[in-house]
Amino acid sequence: MDRMKRVPVREQEPKVRAVNFDEVCLGYTEEQAVEEASRCLNCKNPLCVQGCPVSIDIPTFVQYVKNREFEKAAKVIAKYSSLPAVCGRVCPQETQCEGKCVLGIKGEPVSIGKLERFVGDWSRENNVNLTDTEPKKNKRVAVIGSGPAGLTCAGDLAKKGYDVTIFEALHEPGGVLVYGIPEFRLPKDTVVRAEIENIKKLGVKIETNVVVGRTANIDKLMEEEGYDALFIGSGAGLPKFMGIPGENANGVFSANEFLTRVNLMKAHKEDYATPVKVGQKVAVVGGGNVAMDAARTALRLGAESHIVYRRSEEELPARLEEVHHAKEEGIIFDLLTNPVEILADENGWVKGMKCVKMELGEPDKSGRRRPTPIEGSEFIIDVDTVIMSLGTSPNPLISSTTEGLEINKWKCIVTEEETGKTSKDAVYAGGDAVTGAATVILAMEAGKKAANAINEFLSNQ
Amino acid sequence: MFKIIKKKLLVPNIYLMDIEAPRVANTAKPGQFVIVKMHEKGERVPLTICDYNKEKGTITIVFQAVGRSTEEMAKYKEGEYFEDFVGPLGKPSEFLNENIEELKNKKVLFISGGVGAAPVYPQVKWCHEHGIKADVIMGTRSKDLLILEDEMKSVADNVYVTTDDGSYGFKGLVTDKFKDLVDNEDKKYDYVVAIGPIIMMKFVSLATKPYEIKTIVSMNPLMVDGTGMCGACRVTVGDKTKFACVDGPEFDGHLVDFDEAMRRQAMYKTEEGREKIKIEEANKEKHHHHHGGCGCCGGEE
Repeated sequence: MDRMKRVPVREQEPKVRAVNFDEVCLGYTEEQAVEEASRCLNCKNPLCVQGCPVSIDIPTFVQYVKNREFEKAAKVIAKYSSLPAVCGRVCPQETQCEGKCVLGIKGEPVSIGKLERFVGDWSRENNVNLTDTEPKKNKRVAVIGSGPAGLTCAGDLAKKGYDVTIFEALHEPGGVLVYGIPEFRLPKDTVVRAEIENIKKLGVKIETNVVVGRTANIDKLMEEEGYDALFIGSGAGLPKFMGIPGENANGVFSANEFLTRVNLMKAHKEDYATPVKVGQKVAVVGGGNVAMDAARTALRLGAESHIVYRRSEEELPARLEEVHHAKEEGIIFDLLTNPVEILADENGWVKGMKCVKMELGEPDKSGRRRPTPIEGSEFIIDVDTVIMSLGTSPNPLISSTTEGLEINKWKCIVTEEETGKTSKDAVYAGGDAVTGAATVILAMEAGKKAANAINEFLSNQ
Repeated sequence: MFKIIKKKLLVPNIYLMDIEAPRVANTAKPGQFVIVKMHEKGERVPLTICDYNKEKGTITIVFQAVGRSTEEMAKYKEGEYFEDFVGPLGKPSEFLNENIEELKNKKVLFISGGVGAAPVYPQVKWCHEHGIKADVIMGTRSKDLLILEDEMKSVADNVYVTTDDGSYGFKGLVTDKFKDLVDNEDKKYDYVVAIGPIIMMKFVSLATKPYEIKTIVSMNPLMVDGTGMCGACRVTVGDKTKFACVDGPEFDGHLVDFDEAMRRQAMYKTEEGREKIKIEEANKEKHHHHHGGCGCCGGEE
């Protein structure tokens, strides 16, 4: 074994997976996991833990994997995270735990994400009981939103003995884990549902079909239903559009709509009633993970699929692994290209997209090189479907219906950074609702911090 | 799970149901809508709230069986359950924000087309309960498709029924009756609310414009989530893009781009492949269903 090299993980062949929705990465076998775990140096001062937003005791669980004590490994992770099979799959480990691994200096870092995923999958397949909770405290906490932030906050509070109810607007809990991230990266029935079931086993109740701001409101939940504290993890689900001519033509979708139809409503399956329209040639505008998900989904529905991005490959905000997978599958990248108008036929259907070539100037305040259009470089891409993946912002539904909840100019809820406390007493918030669109694990970190702060707040009452 | 407490066939193909949904009933207001998903494989179907009863915890919906989902919905019986029922969604009617004393001095005219009578009813009822007088023009294709006439008469000042074929009431379109009332019967209106097929709302808006009467329409575009996270329901209003599910569904009829709205509503209707197969599978030959659209579309199909 070469200590500097990772044990490679099994994947579906690009040509095979480009036409199915099965998971691309097949994960480690027991033998592979043990072998990969044995590369870990078990550092005395483990930097990897510092890189993990929820500070999982990585060396300890990895050593248990190395010794084939998988159940013990699962119980170590469970102290920190209720969603290991999810995080092992979707965290950008290269900038977190694995980015700090000392083996990464001279060789390849330990595949911490793949090992966490292995442990999460193993404990599900072997029905490991992870339901240890402290004695009941007889205090009630309401959690708004069942995405990663809400699930983490709810799970942590339940473990501390609180009576927790999650309110979810959609018919299925999970937030972006169910409507946003596609099956081929994160299987819904096996992985997401199972981890949510684990959180329910801790005693957390989930009430779906409750839109806070419409069906219920925050003040009434506290006053009339007697919750002692409340956590808002409602995310950033409001899609942005470009505001260019033709954007309301038939065949132009937000990535949220397109992905929700396929992931949540299973529009690609014949026996589900929700339809999805995908043409012969699809342009996905944007360069983030959501853009990659949309482009790869469109490809699997049979389209020629393009990523249209205004900067160059270096600036793509998507994870390297996702860009790599997308390229392998045959996604075409039209870089330094920006749409200026969507062209429609006489029936109002998309028939093309007028774009302009871009060049990169000096770095702006955020450190990214600012793209500027090249004069006279307009050209037309023939497409019949356009998917706008330009990012999302928080939905104002909750903030606009809650008295005294401070928000900033981006409609994000203002909180104290360490506790998630909002401008309202006993009301905490975290995740994308506070930061704007970010990552699953950062939302979990915020949920965790808020759970600690809520515990402290209620303990001192 | 949400229990069907009552089911009634109003006229052929148009059904009324009372659904047990206490949270929704507790906060529902006129002008809002719900989304129903019948079972695991179903789609999310938006339907306007027709009535609500806070004590009983029920919401009344009225829908026309015009496509795969609504036809399936029509097969559900009293005592059975819908898996998902979410609401109230959208903004309540503009009335609710207006000064009631000022409204009492105004003359309001409601115009409904087809099943649009169902969402018009709670608004007229609300006006009645608040001492605001309102007239109603109820348009329908023919007498046998007219719904909620008695209910409407019990809360409205005057009810005028129009039928396309003249089988009952005034023969002609709702816009003809509107002009007749204003031009020939010297009626003055300060406020018009029109709910029905998009084409009808378009022509009502065109008809009221020369008289400079403020006109509100309730849009029924395609929807998926109904909470503002996807933009499937976007509508151009006064050159701005709005999401009907959170910014509406009611908008100023003189500012709505109706042609775009009609085109967008047909997005899945014109698709031949998959949808056709589905319809054949379900042995339904007559209708194309505007997927995710509103069951209140009345006679436009």
